[in-house]
Amino acid sequence: MESIYHDADIQKGDAPTKASPTAVPLPNETDFSAVSINHSLEAEEKIRFFSQMLRIRRFEERSLRAYQQGHIGGFLHLYIGQEAVAVGSVSVMSQDDHVITAYRDHGHAIAVGMEMDECMAELYGKKTGCSKGKGGSMHFFAPDKNFWGGHGIVGGQTPLGLGMAYALKTKGTKGACLCFMGDGATNQGSFYESLNLASLWNLPVIYVIENNGYSMGTSESRHSAGEPLARRGEAFDIDWSVHQGHDLYEVRSAIHNALSRARENSRPSVLEIVTYRYRGHSVADPDQTYRSKEEIEEYKENKDPINLFRDKLLKEGVLTDDKIKALDKAAKDEAEASAEFALASPFPDVSELMDDVYWETDNPEEKSSSGTIFFESSR
Amino acid sequence: MAEITYREALNQALSEEISRDSNVVLMGEEVAQFKGSYKVSEGLLEEFGPERIIDTPISEAAFSGLAVGAAMMGMRPVVEFMFWSFSYVAFDQIFNNAASVRYMSGGLVNVPIVFRGPANGGTNVGATHSHTPENFAANTPGLKVICPSTPADAKGMMKAAIRDNDPVCVMENTILYNLKGEVPEDENFIIPLGKARLALEGNDLSIIAHGRSVQVALQVAETLEEKHGVSAEVLDLRSIRPLDLEAILETVKKTNRVLLVEENKPFCGVDAQIAYLIQEHAFDHLDAPVKRISAIDVPQAYSKELENFQIPNHDRVLAKAMELL
Repeated sequence: MESIYHDADIQKGDAPTKASPTAVPLPNETDFSAVSINHSLEAEEKIRFFSQMLRIRRFEERSLRAYQQGHIGGFLHLYIGQEAVAVGSVSVMSQDDHVITAYRDHGHAIAVGMEMDECMAELYGKKTGCSKGKGGSMHFFAPDKNFWGGHGIVGGQTPLGLGMAYALKTKGTKGACLCFMGDGATNQGSFYESLNLASLWNLPVIYVIENNGYSMGTSESRHSAGEPLARRGEAFDIDWSVHQGHDLYEVRSAIHNALSRARENSRPSVLEIVTYRYRGHSVADPDQTYRSKEEIEEYKENKDPINLFRDKLLKEGVLTDDKIKALDKAAKDEAEASAEFALASPFPDVSELMDDVYWETDNPEEKSSSGTIFFESSR
Repeated sequence: MAEITYREALNQALSEEISRDSNVVLMGEEVAQFKGSYKVSEGLLEEFGPERIIDTPISEAAFSGLAVGAAMMGMRPVVEFMFWSFSYVAFDQIFNNAASVRYMSGGLVNVPIVFRGPANGGTNVGATHSHTPENFAANTPGLKVICPSTPADAKGMMKAAIRDNDPVCVMENTILYNLKGEVPEDENFIIPLGKARLALEGNDLSIIAHGRSVQVALQVAETLEEKHGVSAEVLDLRSIRPLDLEAILETVKKTNRVLLVEENKPFCGVDAQIAYLIQEHAFDHLDAPVKRISAIDVPQAYSKELENFQIPNHDRVLAKAMELL
């Protein structure tokens, strides 16, 4: 199989090189549509997964335009190219399973069922946003949909996911925590501390490394010693495996197996899912210094998760060209409507700036403390 | 009322709250089998078992973050730092995650957690073990910070902290652990956060302090009375955030002279903010500039001779008080 990575071609200076992520032996020949978790799928469900991936992509494409138009500020880390990971993972969750992720969180948010409107409005910094305009792109939350953020610090969510799994286990819930992270996060100390406790205490947490090949602008061969990244779980006696993220069926199969391990044996897993992002690390990333255009084009051409799934469903006779067009139009319309909704929504009032900091100040009728809690420098 | 130590008072608070609420657990290094590095959790493992009193590896980032994640999902963990100095390797979990999750989620996610442990110098252990980060925590909206200085406060405020729905940083003091005082046995004995305590009434000068500096302030007040005929008032802040600004202004308006004492380092220490608030709200009531004594502005010294001078001791505080009179 031809590699999609060309790090050696653009490597500057004397930085050491190593084999690309795709050199990892993968069960490429397996047809994951045949495994029971996929084989049993109804046509409607398959169409829903396809539609979800499409909706994520159209949402993000629309958000990028809004960013370029100046409606969205700060950072915008796009998930385009990785959609099968979030949709495939969430599709095998039970109602007792929970999700937490890093700052590239739009895909997971829409996959768990958050509305485009609240997501787009959050990007616009509007009051109607999921976090009332106080979190932004990196900090989407929907605890009612078992989605616990949206966290901005690389690796910072890995102990939180551990704690969610601990709480589930302590409360006797047969659920697990899917803690998503990037390849760059595997070099943070908090991740290893978390792996140690996850294994030591038998916690039902699944670390899903979405390996898109780059830690910001630093390729895996330049940021990580030893491969595959998931193998690092072995030092802690944690089951690990590597999967292809462009195949929604494979993602579903891998996450399903890890969830079973978590539910039945209360054991953690480390899954590395090899994927790719088409856009820069964030919109602020010029994306021209560390990888070639050809590399991106090659991935789009051969491994686009939406196209591949579309082709599968066409072949299975589940989708038709007309149906695909209709779904795509619906996704675009929904994204467009969300941008209109966001634009028309009010900004939060400055009088709301001090809301949502402390539970206590938001619930004055149940306040137990006294004294000054906010210190204004001047007004 | 029974007279018990500050350590026993904390132990009672933990025991009572762990009994009261099944969501409360205590975790940290050596809290269970070892009975706590400073024996604060002595007997709790026997009383509540290893599911509630949890020994962790030396891994502050993981267990602090674990506790935050568990709190997000409705548990009420109490995290012990062997020293608050060790929290520095868990800074992200406390200052990014615990403090900010509620705000970033637009109020959807609460973090009812307690981070506790000693934060003090004066024990001859050098720079890495002697930090007093109450100013860092108080500088972080989303966190609450308390520094109890007596056994009764240690119990009543710890119980309030555990029942609080926001993250509370409890800064204890190893030198105070053996301090004895009367402590109510009532299980509902709660001292609400944000309420200062008038430790000593006086007329000529107000000494405002928190943590162990309150004990030093009281000794200085005694000397002032005995040797100089000066009547000093001592206000124990108890809680840094929320802060009892009203009580601060009341004592300033009464005596018109203020000395601030703290173990924090001076630059951006807690008392820098308090000095600002006093001049902002009570400028016309001051008969002298606000004076301040902090730890001497260098990394904590190891040598006992040096460190005893570095932290605000009786003689340094007394000399500064005399400048005000």
